[in-house]
Amino acid sequence: MTKVKLKSLAKVIRSKNAGPFELTLDIIFPEEHSFEKVRKSGVLNATLFARLYSLDINQILSVVEFPAALAIKATLVRPVPSGHLGDGDVYGAQQHAPLLNVEIPLEEDS
Amino acid sequence: MLAEYRILSPTAILGYGFPESSFAAGLKKKPHLIAADAGSTDPGPHYLGAGVSFTERQAVKRDLALMLTAGLDLGIPVIIGTAGGSGGQPHLSWAAQIVREIAAEKKINFKMALIHAEMERDFLLTKLRQGKLSPLGPVPAVKEQDITEAVRIVGQMGIEPFIRALNQGARVILAGRAYDPAIFAAPAIAAGFAPGLAFHLGKILECGAIAATPGSGSDCLFGVLNHHSFTVEPLNPLRCCTITSVAAHTLYEKSNPLLLPGPGGMLDLSACQFKPENNPSGESRMVRVWGSRFIPAAKYTVKIEGVKRVGFRTVCLAGCRDPVMIKNIKILMEKVRERVKDNFSRENYRYHLDFKLYGLNGVMGAVEPLKTTKAHELGIIIEAVAPTQEIANTICSFARTTMLHADYPGRIATAGNLAFPYSPSDFATGEVFNFHIYHLLEVDDPCALFPVEIVNI
Repeated sequence: MTKVKLKSLAKVIRSKNAGPFELTLDIIFPEEHSFEKVRKSGVLNATLFARLYSLDINQILSVVEFPAALAIKATLVRPVPSGHLGDGDVYGAQQHAPLLNVEIPLEEDS
Repeated sequence: MLAEYRILSPTAILGYGFPESSFAAGLKKKPHLIAADAGSTDPGPHYLGAGVSFTERQAVKRDLALMLTAGLDLGIPVIIGTAGGSGGQPHLSWAAQIVREIAAEKKINFKMALIHAEMERDFLLTKLRQGKLSPLGPVPAVKEQDITEAVRIVGQMGIEPFIRALNQGARVILAGRAYDPAIFAAPAIAAGFAPGLAFHLGKILECGAIAATPGSGSDCLFGVLNHHSFTVEPLNPLRCCTITSVAAHTLYEKSNPLLLPGPGGMLDLSACQFKPENNPSGESRMVRVWGSRFIPAAKYTVKIEGVKRVGFRTVCLAGCRDPVMIKNIKILMEKVRERVKDNFSRENYRYHLDFKLYGLNGVMGAVEPLKTTKAHELGIIIEAVAPTQEIANTICSFARTTMLHADYPGRIATAGNLAFPYSPSDFATGEVFNFHIYHLLEVDDPCALFPVEIVNI
């Protein structure tokens, strides 16, 4: 089965604070085809986000599909709250990189 | 009753600016309201704690002057939410002083409402004992000590105090901490429009042209609300609103894009639809939205935000261009930590000593998935936080001199381990705060917490 990196399918991959205690990750696709491909692959699930961000599964607060925006969104407990001692990203805007190379298995197009 | 309600949102944050040409194009469309949000918790806890704005005075004054003169010319309200960036008392006073200065310079007079949002500690202690405070998301439950040691606590007001201020004849409203969409939704709801659509429109307008493509936090967005739907449109011909840009903005900074809780209820976007539409000039730069619903909460809750002081910070900026040192950077860091601890063991200092290593894991810290680096140089920030500025200075300075001359395995550059870009190398950055209150407060009267003060300017 061929695999393709998430960054080659998505148009936007970004992270941002949702308040000082949560981090929210948006993956937005350019068209329905790629959105559906990734959605159906089931790869972007809570287990994956927990592994990528060294969190417990119960710290993954939600993984939501938003078809109107061709988007998948995950919200996590921030590993360190915004601005607390040890935090390195007050706005949470540079925490998206681990998602770029997530591999999505593609079913062969027949 | 009005058939439609037109709103000009000049910018994402007051002080972020906007092109005058976009603003003028918006004024031509005869808005009923000009409003801008001025705040956010994104810049971190410092600004709420220190009582200062994260935007600069001259930039705020420039935006406000254009908005005030246009609003008075057209005879429409001008509303600012979360004045001064954090919406506490010093922030509100700072913004009010800027308005007074503009009014004096432009020789304009108007009735202004100041809506206060800072919370009294005794009041919150009573509410805590009554069980009216609950955590908002992954925050520990609030204890009495959290309230007593808080430096500043603000409540996030909904639409009700704004409507009260408008009913009292205010032409300009400067509000303390406010729910971002409320500044747009309040006058529209007061004029008889549906809360679901009004709040959703406010959600989009509050970030200015960020909801357009190409997006910008320093450009205008125009909204037109009717009784069934609304449209949003950028005013700069370089930008357009598309379904993706508008729907994607609905995701921005929110935990769940379909259910957005706010003061007094929940905005439900699960049945919401988006459609591209031509504007009256025939250009396809506009998106129409409908189906947004507002579900009033059984109990009215207000979000409260509070910070406490955790110490004073000193940082040292340095770099390293030695491959052997980069390889051994963790050993060196531990050595420095131990030497600092040992050197001041008699003083019993409490401090936080941390190293940010850019090129290795400065951005993501412990979560960084790449454990080694191929970088040929590292940026290093040595950080000390301690109960006094003097101790923070001492710890940072001592860590710096230790790191500069300490030995590590295979060392061949023995003159000094760090390249300092500046003299002085260390920077005392002052007080450090933590957000420690981020809770919901149950209230009986959505206006009682937020006194409206009318002043004649």
